[in-house]
Amino acid sequence: MSLYSQKVLRHFRHPQNMGEMKNPDSKVQVGNPVCGDVMQMYLKIDKNKNGKEYIKDIKFQTLGCAAAIAVSSISTELVKGETLVEAEKLNSQKVIKSLEGLPKPKIHCSLLAIKAIKKAILNYKSRTIEKAKAK
Amino acid sequence: MKKIYLDYAATSPVDSLVLKTMSPYGSQFYGNPNSLHSWGQKAREAVEKSRQIIAKYLNCLSEEIIFTSCATEANNLALKGVVKAWKEKNLKLSPHIIVSPIEHHCVLDTAKRLAKEGVEVSWLKVDKTGLVDPKQVEKLIKKNTILVSVMDGNNEVGTIEPIKEIGKIIKNKKGKGIYPLFHTDAVQAIQYLSLDTKKLKVDLLSASAHKFYGPKGIGFLYLKKGTPIVKEIEGGSQENNLRAGTENVSFIVGMAKALDLVRKNKDKEVKRLEFLRDYFIKKILKNIPQTQLTGHPKARLPHIASFVFLGAEGEAILLYLNDKGIGVSSGSACTSGSLKPSHVLLAMRIKPEIAHGSIRFSFGKKTTRFDLDYVLKVLPGIIKKIRKMAPKLKIGK
Repeated sequence: MSLYSQKVLRHFRHPQNMGEMKNPDSKVQVGNPVCGDVMQMYLKIDKNKNGKEYIKDIKFQTLGCAAAIAVSSISTELVKGETLVEAEKLNSQKVIKSLEGLPKPKIHCSLLAIKAIKKAILNYKSRTIEKAKAK
Repeated sequence: MKKIYLDYAATSPVDSLVLKTMSPYGSQFYGNPNSLHSWGQKAREAVEKSRQIIAKYLNCLSEEIIFTSCATEANNLALKGVVKAWKEKNLKLSPHIIVSPIEHHCVLDTAKRLAKEGVEVSWLKVDKTGLVDPKQVEKLIKKNTILVSVMDGNNEVGTIEPIKEIGKIIKNKKGKGIYPLFHTDAVQAIQYLSLDTKKLKVDLLSASAHKFYGPKGIGFLYLKKGTPIVKEIEGGSQENNLRAGTENVSFIVGMAKALDLVRKNKDKEVKRLEFLRDYFIKKILKNIPQTQLTGHPKARLPHIASFVFLGAEGEAILLYLNDKGIGVSSGSACTSGSLKPSHVLLAMRIKPEIAHGSIRFSFGKKTTRFDLDYVLKVLPGIIKKIRKMAPKLKIGK
């Protein structure tokens, strides 16, 4: 097992934005228990002063290793408060850099967190379109 | 902070008496045991005395002990060497070997390598407690079967295999011939089980010193007299011309001393550890919901208590325990660098989603009931915390 950076361990020990969210605007799940990592992402979306939609609140729940928990924590921290357009630009380099590195076999964990956030945004968007249609 | 090491199956601290016995063989008696002068003969004497101690422990001849750098090397030599010896003499009949699926990687991967080189490999099946069925071994033995390899006690789940029964079956199949040979990896078992090579009817047996309070970097292979084998490491004619390279005198002396110390205290220590193990298993299963014992409930090594905690990932448990000063190991995919959980748990038909939550506690001579009570105090909270972090899933249903 490769050694984790202090930042990874810090996020693993004290994960940010962890827990369930009541009445989220979007809720998705990625990964599966067979592979060992499962993440659930919750979003609350609002409009900012400029009328742009942004992530007002974000929460995650993760079943997985220390890296999976740390990337969930840092990724949610990185996108919280960002507009959806900005949040969708999140990539693994940014996540890994923010964590001061990740051991090679754990890179896939970072991809999973990003996938979860992007899927949650996409899910929100398609729901908004459906709602608009219904009106 | 209190520090509690519960990973003795990974490695153990070198006994201070062992270190003391080894120390003159560094700069005081530094001769090469292959030299004829007094310096060399002093070292030779120490090596041969050590060989005798080990041979006595296994009820075999001194010349049947080959020193190697570790059990991994001994296992490589056992499998590859036996196959090579067969191939050199039997050009037409290609060899067949039988291997258990829960072997350590040094046996498993060697067998896979041999399969790539054209050796026919049959993999045994184990039941959900990790046991090999001796009858299955009997059924799989064919005319060209040259080797059966089944470990004595499993390192991940502690299951003790029916080596004696398998040995008997193989002995019957052999009749007056040499083949099939029987190899057992005794790394975890050697210090706790009775390993009389005559009673077990094994032809090859591997072990490593660092699991029984000896130094790392030394092990041996027991090789029954007359067993055809070809050496792996070429060079000098050391170790009965089966393992070239100057003998690691001080480590050999240390290994023999360590085994001798183990022998003296064996019965008492086995009883003590079995008591601690059973106490710990009972408490864990009682105090932590959604937890299963892995391995055999009764036929298990005295020092191994292994579990799966449903809905909690092994590496996360390991690291939170480490934060509390407790050292354990996990068979989860995340600790191995691969994406698959332990091959041992999968062979026991434990579902991958459950196997990811595996933790092994392994005890040793410094382990006390106070240590275990401390683990029992902190572990339920850790598991609860990890489960709380996870989404609600239906696992193992």
